[in-house]
Amino acid sequence: MNPEYKDILLDYSDEIIKKWMDDLEDNKLKEYKSTVSNELIEQVNREFVNLIFSKLKDGVNYESLEQFSERIVNLGWPLAYLTEGMQSFRSICIRTILEQIDNKDEAFFLEVMDDVNNWVDPIKNQLINEYSNNWNNIISLQKVALQELSVPLIPVMEGITVMPLVGTIDTDRAKLIMENLLDGVIKSRAEVVLIDITGVPVVDTMVAHHIVQAAEAVRLIGSTCILVGIRPEIAQTIVNLGIDLSRFPTKSSLKKGFEKALEMTNRDIVNVKEKDADIIDDMVQSIDKE
Amino acid sequence: MKGSLSKVPISKEWDIVGARQTGRNIAKELGFGSVNQARIATTISELARNIYLYTEYGEISFEEVCEKTKVGLKIIATDSGPGIKDISRVMEDGYSTSGGLGAGLPGVKRLMDEFDVESNGDGTKITVIMWLR
Repeated sequence: MNPEYKDILLDYSDEIIKKWMDDLEDNKLKEYKSTVSNELIEQVNREFVNLIFSKLKDGVNYESLEQFSERIVNLGWPLAYLTEGMQSFRSICIRTILEQIDNKDEAFFLEVMDDVNNWVDPIKNQLINEYSNNWNNIISLQKVALQELSVPLIPVMEGITVMPLVGTIDTDRAKLIMENLLDGVIKSRAEVVLIDITGVPVVDTMVAHHIVQAAEAVRLIGSTCILVGIRPEIAQTIVNLGIDLSRFPTKSSLKKGFEKALEMTNRDIVNVKEKDADIIDDMVQSIDKE
Repeated sequence: MKGSLSKVPISKEWDIVGARQTGRNIAKELGFGSVNQARIATTISELARNIYLYTEYGEISFEEVCEKTKVGLKIIATDSGPGIKDISRVMEDGYSTSGGLGAGLPGVKRLMDEFDVESNGDGTKITVIMWLR
């Protein structure tokens, strides 16, 4: 950068900062005013402008740029704050230099513009990159979090395991379902696995295909799969699509599926209270007989 | 009256979910019952998945159609992929080139009231309509 311009910018830095702050005050962050205090906005603005000027003085410090954009993300401010802020900063700087040097030459004008751009653009790009990196980090963390609650396998009783599926099933999840299902069946020695699709919004051919495959794999390792939680509208779409689910039992609700699973593992639900009552009845009757 | 309601681009797997959600909301607004909403959502899912699986980029657009006595939802899936070579094969149950169930397009035809497919080397356009009864 031309040292002459640099001196002008440094000499007038207070004025530029003031103008820029006024500009930002007018345009941006209006919708945030209600939730964010003015002091915070002013503090961040000041940090922002100091960052830009520090680059002019002694070269760019990437760490501080990184920290700053991380701060903007954490505050939840929009990307527009960075881009618009840099744009208005640039135009103010160009105007200041042009005002100070009285030269209406076109070449001179272009030179000033190029110089200022060369100074401001790398900072802007860096900030935007950092900003989007921060967002990407957040998204990948959430993806991991989502995956953790993706396909739980719950052993409810010896030999009976339930896998409730909630939400959309995409290719990644379908793979996880298959792996977890087979692992879980072996580990818990389940004879019957109930796959509950009450929480799956749409069963299309791909979802059905994955469920059929999973059930088939479970059959191969010697257990039985029961598909439960088929809502009436899902039943209709499955029939319309012509999907064949006849190779394993299906039930409308988890309750019915569980009863079926008990039956398959030779068990029965017995009401204890009633039995007690029966015994008492018997006793009363036998006393009566005496 | 005939109006374009919305357009959803399909290029990633999660776009399928977005298209489905949009379609379901539109169907709800037009007054379709829950069974038909599920049919519409499934249809969109199939069409969008075909776009995602076989082509780079496509679009699902939604239109409201009105004829003299009936109102309906028209869903158009367009892509600029390689096209379908043999449409009659694709419409057979159990035919799939991707190892799937092969029930997608014939299933969609059964799910909806009207079904039309045009395809050539420059892409495929599938139009389906469900009437509100």
